[in-house]
Amino acid sequence: MSEGRGIGEVILEVEGVSLSFGGVRALNDVSFDVREHEVRAIIGPNGAGKSSMLNVINGVYHPQQGTIRMKMDGALREFHDMDPHEVALAGIARTFQNLALFKGMSVLDNIMTGRNLRMHTNLLLQALHFGPAAKEEIAHREAVELIIDFLEIQAYRKTPVGRLPYGLQKRVDLGRALAMDPNVLLLDEPMAGMNVEEKQDMCRFILDVNDQMGTTIVLIEHDMSVVMDISDRVVVLDYGKKIGDGTPQEVRGNQAVIDAYLGVSH
Amino acid sequence: MAFDIDKLDTFPKLLAHHAQVRGSLPAIREKALGVWQTWAWGRLADEVRALACGLAAHGLTRGAHLAIVGDNRPRLYAAMCAAQCLGAIPVPLYQDAAAAEMAFPIQNADIGFAVAEDQEQVDKLLEILPQCPLLKHIYFDDPRGLRNYAQDALMSYERLQEAGREFDAKNPGFFDAEVARGKGADTAAMFFTSGTTGHPKGVVLTNTALIDRAAAAAKMEGLGDSDVVMAYLPPAWIGQNIFSYAQPFVTGYCICCPESAETIIADMREIGPTYYFAPPRVLEALLTTVSIRMEDAGAFKRRMYAYFMDVARRVGAKILDGSAVSTADRLLYALGDVLVYGPLRNVLGMSRVRVAYTAGEAIGPDLFVFYRSIGINLKQLYGSTETSVFVCIQPNGQVKSDTVGPAVPGVELKFTPQRELLIRSPGLFKEYYKNPEATAEAKDAEGWFHTGDAGYFDPDGHVKIIDRVKDVGRLSDATLFAPKYIENKLKFFPYVKEAVAFGDGRDRVCVFINFDMEAVGNWAERRNLPYSGYVDLASRDEVYALVGECIEKVNLDLSQDPELANSQVHRFLVLHKELDADDGELTRTRKVRRGYIGERYQPLVTALYEGLRTVHVEAQVKYEDGRTGSISADLKIRDAKTFPAAAAKRAA
Repeated sequence: MSEGRGIGEVILEVEGVSLSFGGVRALNDVSFDVREHEVRAIIGPNGAGKSSMLNVINGVYHPQQGTIRMKMDGALREFHDMDPHEVALAGIARTFQNLALFKGMSVLDNIMTGRNLRMHTNLLLQALHFGPAAKEEIAHREAVELIIDFLEIQAYRKTPVGRLPYGLQKRVDLGRALAMDPNVLLLDEPMAGMNVEEKQDMCRFILDVNDQMGTTIVLIEHDMSVVMDISDRVVVLDYGKKIGDGTPQEVRGNQAVIDAYLGVSH
Repeated sequence: MAFDIDKLDTFPKLLAHHAQVRGSLPAIREKALGVWQTWAWGRLADEVRALACGLAAHGLTRGAHLAIVGDNRPRLYAAMCAAQCLGAIPVPLYQDAAAAEMAFPIQNADIGFAVAEDQEQVDKLLEILPQCPLLKHIYFDDPRGLRNYAQDALMSYERLQEAGREFDAKNPGFFDAEVARGKGADTAAMFFTSGTTGHPKGVVLTNTALIDRAAAAAKMEGLGDSDVVMAYLPPAWIGQNIFSYAQPFVTGYCICCPESAETIIADMREIGPTYYFAPPRVLEALLTTVSIRMEDAGAFKRRMYAYFMDVARRVGAKILDGSAVSTADRLLYALGDVLVYGPLRNVLGMSRVRVAYTAGEAIGPDLFVFYRSIGINLKQLYGSTETSVFVCIQPNGQVKSDTVGPAVPGVELKFTPQRELLIRSPGLFKEYYKNPEATAEAKDAEGWFHTGDAGYFDPDGHVKIIDRVKDVGRLSDATLFAPKYIENKLKFFPYVKEAVAFGDGRDRVCVFINFDMEAVGNWAERRNLPYSGYVDLASRDEVYALVGECIEKVNLDLSQDPELANSQVHRFLVLHKELDADDGELTRTRKVRRGYIGERYQPLVTALYEGLRTVHVEAQVKYEDGRTGSISADLKIRDAKTFPAAAAKRAA
């Protein structure tokens, strides 16, 4: 579980991506890269195109222009028009701003759904819980329990997700994404709607995931203090264009970024 | 439990004995990744051996001290025994203590070795490293988050055991010879008492003392290797340690470590302990949870619960005591057992409990009777760190809510003219570590331990404790003032969490109140009273009225007692923050430090006695991570209704 933390080579590259919905240009010629083991933040005011960017990487939207390259089997490979399922198979997992959990199912079952891609026995065997299926389920359960332990949610293992407070639901959502054993984890506003204590917890978990599992993290976030504290590098979007890219210090001093956030008189 | 105490006179020898006669029976269970993992006695003995050899290889010697910092974990208990194998002395420390609080015991006992549970504890130890130059070795159980720590002092538990196995292979006779060298009179462990005043004191207990008391209580209750105990209180408190270390080593029963502090109820339900210990606050919290959930239940269930709880209150405790109860009531109780009590015991995880103890502070009669009436054999126990716990236990069939029972076999008791309880017992401590003055003060030349508790024998020869001798004061008109007695009476109300009474040398009694956030929060929600948190509720007139009612009932009660009629509470205020051990207001076992609170909130006390209606307060608070902040608020002060002492005469 513990790999070296040192930031490595480029693992994900976005080049010249443009995305329009009819007349609306959500993304306009955006390029940036993500290095292995780093925490990469995408920030910007409302409507800047942050979630669209994540959806493009995730395969939900297909950009009209530009390419995305992802490191697979040791080399950067371009991927075209992949659907979310294929992207997930390539090792990219994500969480959602508005949560994507089964409210009536237990925490355990919800996280188990994240293992779905890694299950190989067929439906019939699984339904009968027989032979290789039973063995496989035990292995997956162990992986899920490691995540439950990691996220410190043992007390809620059997609780239906709908009954948990929001901050804990977010943690379960993260658990479900982690269950995929991703190389790259996309987090869509992981701290939105949380109180200070929950935010601190979530920061700690994100840094722990990054440190202990060596997972590369791409996150969208509104809370500037959080972003500046935990990110290695930050991309700033405004009206679908990239206006800044660099370490938190560089971005903080960037005039275009300050203007975008505070507004300028024209 | 047939063994020869002369031969098996130390804990390591007892461990070897169990490994031999019940090597495959469970000794310790722990839930890991959602599944209960079991260490049998044989496995425990192997773990301890490797660990002891590792510690020896690193230089832990006979008579040295080893700190153990963490929650209930099999490996930490193994570390305790490993130290004892070498004749070294384990010193368990409170896992929730702030780093600064840990420095004193480590310096005081010249501790060079520590076994810590996880990153949190390691961080604290590293923080105080500069103040504790002797501390050279820190071993950790859970490596999470510690990968990038480069300190020389750190080593993982596994690597320590590896070193131990190597050492064992090179020095084959070493371990057994070391265990054989141990004697009953050797120190087995040292516990730091939380200390309501001044520095904590290290209480030195010998193997003989702990084993003798553990065996006496086990014999009285007929404990054996089929019993199961849940270890969930701080292991640095002897009230946990005696049940999760000394007694299992004597009787061979199994202890279970919960997964985390939040999962205890679920873990209890899965394990079904047969022998249970809980201080009153835990029992009270459980009852509060049950009551709140019952209020949320449907009307039919609520009425059924109310009806059968009435039946239980009337006859339940009598049935448990074996006294005469009519057949109709017995049948009704049996029906209640199927419909309510049985399921309730199951929800509480107490279906299999044969013997349950409560101790540490006074327990409210309602609370006590509740558990007994639903068929849980809850009994009171009296003892302290200095006495290896077991001094008094209520025998089956002689259980009362206001006494702690007669002496356990082997213990002698007597009261001084000042009503202080004195104890002579084979379980008494050897000394306070490096503190001969305190030792001489507590233990006189004839071997009597001065408990500092005031009380008397009731007509049946049971001991009744009312307060601490030093706290029993006088009002300015020279009538008796027993603050703890008043505070406890207040705390028996579910809405009151803590109370602090002032009155010694004054003309009347005034109190600070901390309400119970869960109970009052729930009460407020049911009244559609919006609030943002504790501080907000504490300033509400509605809450003052609620607290005022509780105080009124206590006053009525006190007015019936000619001795205490003048101790009625005249004025009170609701504190703006919860009293907290991190701020030094409570001890680690959550006892109120009255003197310290009186000094810290001096302006509030003055305001109470000067007759002000409001007072401004600003206080420093310490957060769990060690940072400090401040809270300021305007507190209201209200008068409480008092009753004329004449009422007592009429009632009498």
